[in-house]
Amino acid sequence: MNTFYLGIDVGSVSTNLVLLDEHANVYKKLYVRTQGQPIKSLKEALAMLKQTVKTDFRIGGVGTTGSGRQLASVMVGADVVKNEITAHAVAALNHCPDARTILEIGGQDSKIIIIREGIVYDFAMNTVCAAGTGSFLDRQAARLNIPIEAFGSYALQSKSSVRIAGRCAVFAESDMIHKQQTGQNIEDIINGLCEALVRNYLNNLGKGKEIKDSILFQGGVAANVGIVAAFEREFGKKVMIPEHFDVMGALGAAILAKEEVKKTGTTHFYGFELVNREYKAKSFECQDCSNRCEVIEILSNGEPVARWGDRCGKWSGLTKEQSETSA
Amino acid sequence: MKATFPHMGNVSIIVKALFETLEVDYIIPPACSKRTLELGTKYAPELACLPLKINIGNFIESIEQGADTIVMAGGCGPCRFGYYGEVQKEILKDLGYNVEFLVLELPNGGIKEFLRRLRTLIGRKSLLQAAKAVQKATKISIALDELDKLSFQIRAREAVKGKTDWMMKKFHHQVMKVKGAKSIIKLIRETQKELEAIEIDRSVRVLKIGIVGEIYTLIEPFTNFNIEQMLGNMGIEVDRSLTLSNWIVEHMIKQALHLKKNRPYEKAAPPYMNTMIGGHAWETIGNSVLYAQQGYDGIVQLYPFTCMPEIVAQSILPTISNELDIPILTLIIDELTGEAGYKTRIEAFVDMLARRKEEKAHSNEYILSGN
Repeated sequence: MNTFYLGIDVGSVSTNLVLLDEHANVYKKLYVRTQGQPIKSLKEALAMLKQTVKTDFRIGGVGTTGSGRQLASVMVGADVVKNEITAHAVAALNHCPDARTILEIGGQDSKIIIIREGIVYDFAMNTVCAAGTGSFLDRQAARLNIPIEAFGSYALQSKSSVRIAGRCAVFAESDMIHKQQTGQNIEDIINGLCEALVRNYLNNLGKGKEIKDSILFQGGVAANVGIVAAFEREFGKKVMIPEHFDVMGALGAAILAKEEVKKTGTTHFYGFELVNREYKAKSFECQDCSNRCEVIEILSNGEPVARWGDRCGKWSGLTKEQSETSA
Repeated sequence: MKATFPHMGNVSIIVKALFETLEVDYIIPPACSKRTLELGTKYAPELACLPLKINIGNFIESIEQGADTIVMAGGCGPCRFGYYGEVQKEILKDLGYNVEFLVLELPNGGIKEFLRRLRTLIGRKSLLQAAKAVQKATKISIALDELDKLSFQIRAREAVKGKTDWMMKKFHHQVMKVKGAKSIIKLIRETQKELEAIEIDRSVRVLKIGIVGEIYTLIEPFTNFNIEQMLGNMGIEVDRSLTLSNWIVEHMIKQALHLKKNRPYEKAAPPYMNTMIGGHAWETIGNSVLYAQQGYDGIVQLYPFTCMPEIVAQSILPTISNELDIPILTLIIDELTGEAGYKTRIEAFVDMLARRKEEKAHSNEYILSGN
């Protein structure tokens, strides 16, 4: 029987799963849209994963990451819960041990991770602005009625450059519309947008950071050849796209789970039957003090399995919660 | 008269002591909550920074409880804070609240007007009595900051997680019940002893993080999602570069009395920043340099969205980070109440610091064995 390690990345836009084999190779990967319903999408993804694997297997360990990592953790019984920056770095280093710069652009956030001597040396993550992330590109593709998969290749056909304002998604969109209404080529506008996003990314996150080889570009947006080309022009260097660029977070979580289980010897995974359980999230405002915390309660078949959101720990203390595992 | 004032960390305890000594009737605004924020964002100009909005919320919630006089610090501030009092006065007036606004500005100009406002507040008490009350309040502010500092040290090392939190929670609950400066000091000292008695785990090597940035977001835990507590519970000893007592002593009292100031950050900041550019940017830069020199593992900069002085400081910090080899994480705070995003960044930052420290220890061992 095969032993696999399951990595789960519940992001704002997509929920990704990775099955890793004993030799740290990706056996299977799965990418579904979260569509604002992380519980539903995770259950669906798990059911799909179970179906697609034809051989006999057991899960040796589970790791969760992404903005929904805490939620995913209580649903599946995770062995390790890790923030996405560390998870991405782990996966990148596993793929390319001499990586020194990791560019990551996901659905709602973007980050830059600087690696020196094989460890995360510095990083930056967008804080107040989501201009230049996947959701914005999605929206522009939809507005122009171009499938997102083909969006980047339009940029490659650009003949002359059009400058698009990249500081803010609202500015960028109105700039694009103005240029389009004056008759500029759609290819040139899309290329201008790609360049604007790269400019914005480097201004925001690259501040004072030295971009050294090898440069890895991962996250959903790495599929966009227009952005990749814009990055390469900007750096004057080659940018590598790892094979599993779209599921690197999940991959990192699986690797971490494998390491964790090696230490503890056993997994907490609830088994795939969990997809038949009913999970519900309920929220209420605690009235016991003036903090008025928004407490989230996760119910499994009507039984509360986790609560969080309270500052005093009164509610979260009622259930055992797998907390973020430290380094 | 029922006086009230805005929240900012331990300000409520200090002002409580001050008013009780001066026998001023007062109302402490309900602790900052989502409602405070909602009221503030509803009535303050959208472009204003977060502290102004929360102040407005505090005032309205106090007025609802019967406050009729608002006491606010002011001054021809080097940032938007200088306008707060005036803007807030107009906003409350537009909303139809009939309250007196006493902006206690330092005598840059009319000392007469300052004395009139002070007189309104202290009634028939003498100026000497007022000065003595200020002295007592200052003493309390110093004791409170010492207590906080102690809690930062203990929390990171406590053998049983949560003890420090519990002790501090108990303190904040009790301090509102005791009356007068003397009993407040007594309670602080008792709590200090209790904290010192908490069993600590001496084997852990804690990481140290210095917190720099804009003063209000640094000091008011409601705006910074209790970052000190959050980091402390991750086993990190924090140090907050700006404290209320320091502000009171260095920027109010010494300024007013024209005494020599002790501001080490001013010497540490050059060549990165050679002068005051407004807000607390100079402090942010200078203190970051000091933290790096003192061997801290990392720095967190906090500021409210659109805070100009801190934006300037932020653009200088990467140079400090590179030259002095210290990681710096900037967190910009606005009305967001979802803490998950901040938590992710903080956890990743702490992960990184831990790994860097490990790596450093390794390479040091290597050098030693090589000798």
